[in-house]
Amino acid sequence: MTSPSLFSGFLAILQRDLLLAWRRRGDAAMPVLYAMIVAILFPFALGPDHQLLARVSGGIVLVTVLLAMLLALDNLFRSDLEDGVLAQMVLAPQSLSFLMAARILAYWLVTACPLLIAGPILGYMLGLPAQAQPVLFLALVLSSALLALLGSMLAALTAGTRRSGMLLSLMLLPLIVPVVIFAAGAVSAVEQGLPWIAPLAWLSATLALTLVLAPVACATALRITLDA
Amino acid sequence: MNAFKTWFHKLGSPPFFYEFAGYLRPWLWVGTVVFAIAGLIGGLLLAPPDYQQGDAYRIIFIHVPSAWMSLFIYGVMAISGLVALVWRIKLAEIIAMESAPIGAAFTFITLVTGSLWGKPMWGTYWTWDARLTSELVLLFIYLGIIGLYHAFENERQGARAAAFLIIVGVVNLPIVHYSVVWWNTLHQGTTVRIFAPSSISLSMLWPILAMMIATKLYYGVSLLGRARIAVLERERGKDWVRQIVTEGTKNA
Amino acid sequence: MREFFAMGGFAAYVWPAYAVFFLVLATDLIMTSRRRRNFIRQFRAILLRQALRRKSS
Repeated sequence: MTSPSLFSGFLAILQRDLLLAWRRRGDAAMPVLYAMIVAILFPFALGPDHQLLARVSGGIVLVTVLLAMLLALDNLFRSDLEDGVLAQMVLAPQSLSFLMAARILAYWLVTACPLLIAGPILGYMLGLPAQAQPVLFLALVLSSALLALLGSMLAALTAGTRRSGMLLSLMLLPLIVPVVIFAAGAVSAVEQGLPWIAPLAWLSATLALTLVLAPVACATALRITLDA
Repeated sequence: MNAFKTWFHKLGSPPFFYEFAGYLRPWLWVGTVVFAIAGLIGGLLLAPPDYQQGDAYRIIFIHVPSAWMSLFIYGVMAISGLVALVWRIKLAEIIAMESAPIGAAFTFITLVTGSLWGKPMWGTYWTWDARLTSELVLLFIYLGIIGLYHAFENERQGARAAAFLIIVGVVNLPIVHYSVVWWNTLHQGTTVRIFAPSSISLSMLWPILAMMIATKLYYGVSLLGRARIAVLERERGKDWVRQIVTEGTKNA
Repeated sequence: MREFFAMGGFAAYVWPAYAVFFLVLATDLIMTSRRRRNFIRQFRAILLRQALRRKSS
């Protein structure tokens, strides 16, 4: 019997995760709803001053979207660990890091894509200058992908513990600080009419590096978690 | 060399480590007290006031040694965490995990003494300077490691997961530091320098060095004390632990 | 002596800093010794219980 190829394993996991997400469409809407609620509360807290809102809007949208992505992170591996799917994945003939990459991609598609649509709308509502919109979108794409990669590594680490939502955010904060700095830096640079390509280039370079390392780290973390 | 090697291997055995740490600890205590008293007398009484900062600079004698310890302990944790992950040595896990609260304590001290120093010097307790922000992030890294370790019911599994997080932090910390530096130059905010590029006089330098040695020795005292209990807790059920507990507080 | 405690007018910053330094480290030590005492007490209780059970059976 020949074992299925690496790529077919990748596709099978991706398909399964997307199907599962589709069956529970309501869950995917939760992060968007959360992001909208948080972003809408800001004008009430800060006052309807248009200039002030425009100045902080990029940062608000960015932080809100990243926090909303955290909502789904805690359950990324938990149910699969409980019903034994993860143990099967570890035993599968394909490399675990590749399967993890499929899982992270599915998580990003399901959680980040709706937020990527909502993000610019929220930005517009908060009065983000039009010339900053494309940069904000790019920054959101890059930083949400980075968060998915880094966050899933930590989620794999905490999968074996009791409820860990707060712990996950605590562990993620140090990792996400540079991402927020560069993503928000690009948005504020374009608002000030400065060159904004450098911070986005840094983010892309980090993303390329994380894209290679995070699935491997994720697989290692999962092996630690499963080894009881 | 061979004798040293066998001694080192023996150190990995919990009962031997327990006894050895018990003998070593009082000596480290003596060293800690001697160097701390020397450093405090030198720093608080003998060193002259700074010509710019007056007496406020005397916080340096605890601030700088604590800041150094906050990084030094992380380094120790990184090495023992790596050893714990690769060779699964129980004692390395214990050293890494019992170091974390001490490291967090020193990081906290660094932040508080730093802001108490900052108020008279810069007029504010807190500024988003690269050094301060990195130290704050370091505190969060420590807290994450401690939290992750305690979230597991199996302490060996928790130690391995936390050791993994330590290694992630090693990669992350320099990235945080340099991104905050970049962030500060972009925003051109309050750029304050803690240390003017002036050379420090000898009468101020030696108390700092004495306090640095004292804090290192204190780390040894605290770590060995914690590690001894951790060894007992993990080896409960073994005969030698039972013996120690029933023998009473001897060699406590 | 009073001059020493006044710290050239910076007493409100210097002494709290030193207090934090010593308090935090003292807490560290006290927590360690309490952990040790608790462990020994609990372990002794377990041993006692085991001994009693063995006697009764």
